[in-house]
Amino acid sequence: MAHYNLQINGKSYEADVDADTPLLWVLRDNLSLVGTKYGCGIGQCGACTVHLNGIAVRSCSLVVAAVGTKSVTTIEGLSVNGDHPVQAAWAEIDVPQCGYCQTGQIMTASALLSKNPKPTSEQIDTAMNGNICRCGTYHRIHEAVALASSKLK
Amino acid sequence: MSTLLKTNRRDFIKIAATAGGGLFLGFQLSDSFASVLSVSSDGIVETAGEISFNNYLSISPDGIVTIFSPNPELGQNIKTSFPMIVAEELDADWTKVKVKQANLDAKKYERQLTGGSGAIPHSWERLRKAGATARQMLVEAAAKRWNVSVSTLTTDTGVVWHKESGRKLSYGELATEASTVPIPTEVKLKDIKDFKIIGTALPNVDNNDMITGKPLYGLDFYREGMLFAMIQRPTSFGMKIKSVDAAAAKAMPGISDVVTFKNNVAVVGKSTWQVEKARKLLKIEYEVEGAIENTTDHDRLFKELLDSKEGATVRRKDGDVDAAFASAAKVITKEYQCPFLSHAPMEPMNFFAHVRPDGVELVGPSQTPEAARTETAKLLGVAPETITLELTRLGGGFGRRLKVDYVVEAAELSSLIKAPVKVIWTREDDLTGGSYRPAVRYRFGAALDANGSLTGYKLRGVGINVANSTREDNFPSGAVDNLLIDSIEHKSPITTGAWRAPITNFLAFAEQAFLDEVALASNQDPIQFRLALLEKAKKSPVGAIKYDIDRTKAVIELVAEKSGWGKKKNLAQGFSVYFSHRSYVAQVAEVEMKNGKPSLQKIYAAADCGIVINKSGANQQVTGGIVDGLGHALYGQLTFKDGATEQKNFNNYRLIRMKEVPEVEVHFVNNGIDPTGLGEPALPPTGGAVANAYFKATGKRLYSQPFSKQEEMKGVNLGEKM
Repeated sequence: MAHYNLQINGKSYEADVDADTPLLWVLRDNLSLVGTKYGCGIGQCGACTVHLNGIAVRSCSLVVAAVGTKSVTTIEGLSVNGDHPVQAAWAEIDVPQCGYCQTGQIMTASALLSKNPKPTSEQIDTAMNGNICRCGTYHRIHEAVALASSKLK
Repeated sequence: MSTLLKTNRRDFIKIAATAGGGLFLGFQLSDSFASVLSVSSDGIVETAGEISFNNYLSISPDGIVTIFSPNPELGQNIKTSFPMIVAEELDADWTKVKVKQANLDAKKYERQLTGGSGAIPHSWERLRKAGATARQMLVEAAAKRWNVSVSTLTTDTGVVWHKESGRKLSYGELATEASTVPIPTEVKLKDIKDFKIIGTALPNVDNNDMITGKPLYGLDFYREGMLFAMIQRPTSFGMKIKSVDAAAAKAMPGISDVVTFKNNVAVVGKSTWQVEKARKLLKIEYEVEGAIENTTDHDRLFKELLDSKEGATVRRKDGDVDAAFASAAKVITKEYQCPFLSHAPMEPMNFFAHVRPDGVELVGPSQTPEAARTETAKLLGVAPETITLELTRLGGGFGRRLKVDYVVEAAELSSLIKAPVKVIWTREDDLTGGSYRPAVRYRFGAALDANGSLTGYKLRGVGINVANSTREDNFPSGAVDNLLIDSIEHKSPITTGAWRAPITNFLAFAEQAFLDEVALASNQDPIQFRLALLEKAKKSPVGAIKYDIDRTKAVIELVAEKSGWGKKKNLAQGFSVYFSHRSYVAQVAEVEMKNGKPSLQKIYAAADCGIVINKSGANQQVTGGIVDGLGHALYGQLTFKDGATEQKNFNNYRLIRMKEVPEVEVHFVNNGIDPTGLGEPALPPTGGAVANAYFKATGKRLYSQPFSKQEEMKGVNLGEKM
């Protein structure tokens, strides 16, 4: 067991956990930030995507000891009122079905747009290809990413 | 087409003022109980006697309409579409509707389950009546207050109007008075042309919570003092525990208990990660209990069963099929096979249970909460009434959550450790010890006369743990004079269960691919071939016909028109049509040769589910069903070696991804018929449309799924955009 001081969503959090605990489970079990989802545990589905210093990473495959002082953003911290352009586009396009994968999808999409505000259709496909949606909302996800992009200056 | 429905006191329960004022309406369907809802002295609604409600709505003085949605929500959008139906007849202001997920309550609700695409057809009329009854009571309350005739009043968007005087009152202002109005014995339902909410595109009521990461799902549920558990189940089907050495696991930090029950070894502790880590240290020996099966055994067995002269159950027999085949000008016989599949909902299995001496609390995602409670009651030897079940949102279901194994084991574990516990399955757990879509093989036979007419039709289905793999009354039954459909089941220790569009999720592909082959073998256009059969079934039906011929034709014609069937020079089109779960869907897939390789460009769908409740949700269900059908037809495969699955996570259990999805265009037949469900019917036709287009493009016929593993598709990733 070790003590960790984590920078998440602009706040300091403390957690006493084993060094090999994936960030995913620290977020969910220790810090009650359950918007980050568990889907496969091996970095294949993208449901657990968070930002680490602005880059989309799989929190199921990132041990807490490796986070250090890097800033973590989860879906709870993406915007104060749930109105990040990507979230707004998700609502406007009415993307979710079961909804379980969507926070991970949104975190991947928002990381893409912060790096590349005007992605081509192919770039959207490539960036989003690591996130599985079992309900098959891919068309609307693609549409929502494009819509969010169109609203960015 | 205005409908006047008689309402007796068994349909609607006496209304009562709620504690804070306002209209509280319960309604029920069951005729088996007289129902009374009464108000106690303190104004709180209570029930008296045996009450069987199916839903209720309340209106508060501030005008908020709360509608409870009883059916489990797993992405089929029922939590939005059910309230739309109630709100429509109530003439409510949708912006003031709040929707709440109801917990399991078998006395209030009927058929509180998600399966078979049945919720909408089952609930359509009673949801309308519920809204209409409340509306009528609000109108009567206004009539009384203004001392005018009810017939001079109208409603619109949460307001009762008296047009002559220009007076108006909101539902909130009228709610308390309305609650004292006698329940109407007759309610008038809207003419469908007057619908204002039904037929529009309204966003999912949970969108905001979903896109901000609110704790909606079972896996998100947390209760102070709750323990976490993971269960090691046998790694192979057909094995049982011989011995358990849990010493190393028990010694791990955070572990409070290791409990062996039935074939399970549960590791209980303070956090998910701690129990997952400790579980890896269990030393369990297993011994053989039943058959240890391999996919190669199944392949061999299927061929034997298809040839077997005995053991088949005849499902349907029309005319003399042997004579028809003996005298045929041409006979075509083909076989199709599908593999096991995992449901793989994105939210892995989980359930919270707290078994206390005075009652049992269950919380989590279930498609069949009532069955979960019944089985838990049986196991624990308690009365079902002592068990509460709170429904969370389901992170997908696809039939996996029709099983109650993961609920009952949580309750059993809680009873053993005498503590509140949440059992969590890893993805690997569900891919190794879960429940699966069974593997099935079909043999189809067609007898054609010299004119190319289908004179005989044979189908045998052989499946693993599938009592009936044939759906014998579907098309083309009824259109063929001589027909024989039978099936044989192989019993296996591998756990199987319903998977989205059970049986038809594969049968439709096999049948529609076979009919395509038969049509082309007799030089007929695949669509004209089917239309001719339908015409024959209409003019001179053979035996019982359980699909509507005109509705089938309508979706065929609509998809042919929208896709420009037969008019596109550079595209290979494949057609498919299927009736399942009371709805009709026809599809056309388009494959284009690019750089010498086939590429799936687009799928058109025409669906008839009667009245479309929510345009946005309906489009989602059809599009999602197509993506699901395509993904599993292309990639889905679970194989077994020595009783164990060979695919254990998403690294080799392949699901479709964004790059592999073609354009999808969805159309609906507008016929005003009472609505049916859409959660399943769009999935079955997809495999057939795609395989038929692939044949048209390449001359190669796909007989087995997943397509991507077939020799005929070597070197091709059909879904990948090029």
